[in-house]
Amino acid sequence: MKATIWGCRGSLAAPGPETVRYGGNTSCVEVRLDDGSVVVLDAGTGLRALGIKLAEERVGTIHLLLSHLHLDHLQGLGFFRPLFDRDVDVHIWGPTSPMHGLDQRIAAYLSPPLFPVTLSQIPCRLTFHDAPEDDAWTLGSATVRATKVAHQGPTVGYRLEEGGRSICYIPDHEPAIGVDLATLGKEWISGHHLAAGCDVLLHDAQYTEEEYPNHVGWGHSSINHVVTFARIADVSQLVLFHHDPLHTDSQLDDVLVRARQLWPGGSVALAYEGMDIALESAGAVATSPQ
Amino acid sequence: MEATQPKSITLIVARQLAENLATPMFLVDGEGMLVFYNEAAESIVGQPFSALGEISVADWGAMLEPCASDGTHISRAIVPTGVAFLERRPAHMRLQVKAFDGVHRHIEMTAYPLFGRADEFAGVVSIFWETAA
Repeated sequence: MKATIWGCRGSLAAPGPETVRYGGNTSCVEVRLDDGSVVVLDAGTGLRALGIKLAEERVGTIHLLLSHLHLDHLQGLGFFRPLFDRDVDVHIWGPTSPMHGLDQRIAAYLSPPLFPVTLSQIPCRLTFHDAPEDDAWTLGSATVRATKVAHQGPTVGYRLEEGGRSICYIPDHEPAIGVDLATLGKEWISGHHLAAGCDVLLHDAQYTEEEYPNHVGWGHSSINHVVTFARIADVSQLVLFHHDPLHTDSQLDDVLVRARQLWPGGSVALAYEGMDIALESAGAVATSPQ
Repeated sequence: MEATQPKSITLIVARQLAENLATPMFLVDGEGMLVFYNEAAESIVGQPFSALGEISVADWGAMLEPCASDGTHISRAIVPTGVAFLERRPAHMRLQVKAFDGVHRHIEMTAYPLFGRADEFAGVVSIFWETAA
């Protein structure tokens, strides 16, 4: 399986000369399974360019796994070219909500006045699925699990496993709100069971330790939190994701330095647009150069 | 994966709330286990949760020996936590409990069920206050 990052910015797209190296598009990750199946994690603004590529390749079936429905994870959906091809099957998976179905919640965005096209006008074969919680299901050659995690509103993280390799995606997550992760039992840590022992973890790393106290309860992690979470979960490769839109490339460089200070001997990288992560059956995890 | 069953996000968030409350609070999971109480509750219970660990609500109820305000023993089924667990509805009551330090304390308790989804019973929150006799 191979993952490619098309967007790793949090909250709001942030294009410009100060974000060129890590990119300004919001959350979107393409995962190609060994059997050729296409899984997409989140529909942030990075989805637009991915959609062009998938349309050119004439991919017939796409599974889009939404972590939650905040706009930075959904805004690219209306600009996803395969949606407008009547020969394509698009399956959208997302978290359950106590009151409204996934299609109803997405329709709140894909309808006037926020968007000119309604869901009923989308030409592709569109199917909505509640992501089963805690029960694994199969997509192509991968096994997928979803678990609710601590964020604002119904939010899930995903874990994909194939050929003994695993990638876990928890882009928006505040596991340490009001508690000390280091003193909690693992069963009480949001998302721990999902991420435990995975080869690669893409995880929210929105705030520096200095910024976090002013953002408690906003649903995101500090660098210290994500590193602590990854260490407790015994993750092989941590990829810092969901960069704050105010953070420039040079500030993100500092974030990486700090994360590596916090986890000497750990394997930590910063997500950037165009990053490839190959999970090979031989065991090696390769990332493309920036 | 570790052997310990992960708690539901509903319970995890409820515990996060409890840890930041000065109001005493118990948490019971959907299987009827007392899975947490906060520091504020320790002063009334007479023992930190870390020393007790998870126990069934039945055992927990037996330890606390709940009584009505007049000292009459009452069934666990009518204590607010029991009502919220067994009948899946909120309940409120004044009662007495015997804490681990042997002291009988008058408390006022409110309990309510937690539903993660309409059909998913996650457990019970019980909050309480010590009151005058």
